[in-house]
Amino acid sequence: MSRVRVLVGTRKGAFVLTADGARRDWAVSGPHFAGWEIYHLKGSPADPGRIYASQSSGWFGQIIQRSDDGGTTWQPVGKDFVYDGIAGTHQWYDGTPHPWEFNRVWHLEPSLADPDTVFAGVEDAALFKSSDGGMTWRELSGLRQHTTGSTWQPGAGGMCLHSILLDPVDLARIYTAISAAGAFRSDDGGESWLPINRGLRSAHIPDPEAAVGHCVHHIALHPSKPERLFMQKHWDVMRSDDAGATWHEISGDLPTDFGFVVDIHAHEPETVFVVPIKSDQEHFPLDGRLAVYRSRSGGGDWERLGKGLPQQDCYVNVLRDAMAVDTLDQCGIYFGTTGGQVFVSPDGGNTWEAIVQNLPAVLSVEVQTLT
Amino acid sequence: MSDVRVELPGGLAVLARLPRDVVVAVAGPVTLGAVLDALEADHPVLRGTIRHGVTGKRRPFIRFFACQRDFSHAAMNAALPEPIASGDEALLIVGAIAGG
Repeated sequence: MSRVRVLVGTRKGAFVLTADGARRDWAVSGPHFAGWEIYHLKGSPADPGRIYASQSSGWFGQIIQRSDDGGTTWQPVGKDFVYDGIAGTHQWYDGTPHPWEFNRVWHLEPSLADPDTVFAGVEDAALFKSSDGGMTWRELSGLRQHTTGSTWQPGAGGMCLHSILLDPVDLARIYTAISAAGAFRSDDGGESWLPINRGLRSAHIPDPEAAVGHCVHHIALHPSKPERLFMQKHWDVMRSDDAGATWHEISGDLPTDFGFVVDIHAHEPETVFVVPIKSDQEHFPLDGRLAVYRSRSGGGDWERLGKGLPQQDCYVNVLRDAMAVDTLDQCGIYFGTTGGQVFVSPDGGNTWEAIVQNLPAVLSVEVQTLT
Repeated sequence: MSDVRVELPGGLAVLARLPRDVVVAVAGPVTLGAVLDALEADHPVLRGTIRHGVTGKRRPFIRFFACQRDFSHAAMNAALPEPIASGDEALLIVGAIAGG
């Protein structure tokens, strides 16, 4: 019988939520690493028992934890994230040069094939790789040392590399996204990079169509169509059909196209989910009514999915890494909120229910489908 | 060799799977740096959590107290008071009050 394991990172620890394939009765484990910020946890597609977790604290800095038994026990592994060569500077909020400084790991992306290989997206924005199960880390510095790197500026949440997508067909192809620099692609395993932001328009930068400087909030791809990318930008929901070479807007009839998450149905590469947020000033759902929006046609036309979600007095946010899908026959959709709720839809978004409602603010949600 | 008592912040004690009070053996003069070196050598998971892993500087929200004195801004080669060296009192490693 299939099972699902939901990995939840919060402001004050990690939680592991498990259920059988019906996804109705849940067991909650945690808090793991109580009191620490857990920006992200993710399991290896090649070995579901292998999970990596980013544990950090304003007091004590960065720790990386690894589990080899599905999250029951953990061991700290390597935490030395040292920029390659002379770190140099990027732009600070006031436009002055600012030294690149490591702050934390935002996202961990295990290799599709090798449990010991994992990528880390960090703040200040850079991509690191470990090939020994997280014990040691090497910067793939071609990204940060791209000719535009010195012009990158932080977004409000810091200059973070928050999205890492591994192409399951072209194994040398990697996508990343950085707030507030934009999206980038490597076709050689992460050694060299190109910005892929043509078609993005951002009114809050001097040149709305600049090659870099866009506040990309999240990107997603479907394994069966990896050349098609979806993006939730600061404002605008976007799609690329050519591996990021060009983008076009698919916000369509969304009530607001600001938001953070975007994800794709496991079995329907045209079915995409977002959670519209009122604005960049008001980080909560419209009218206090929480809803996921689904397009079954790759964007443009959207349907509101609110059945089972709070429909009054709900003023939470859904952060960029806090949505995931399982791969059961009837695809389950999951998301977590800054109000400590984690919701599941076992029927592709039609209906929702809360798995938990009172966790610390949720930073990330990932799902493992176990057979 | 001096057996020096160190009191850890709760978060680091949990991380290192230690009690809050630990004892480290320090060879030579009992300086702030020597105690931290011995602590990190005994418990490598603590390396980088008290002092920056590369620069060796105290992390901004960490404080060092000894015998009612603040050693947070002291040099790493600063000698700690005799009651610390003798093990009568503990070097306190404190997570600063921050975050509201």
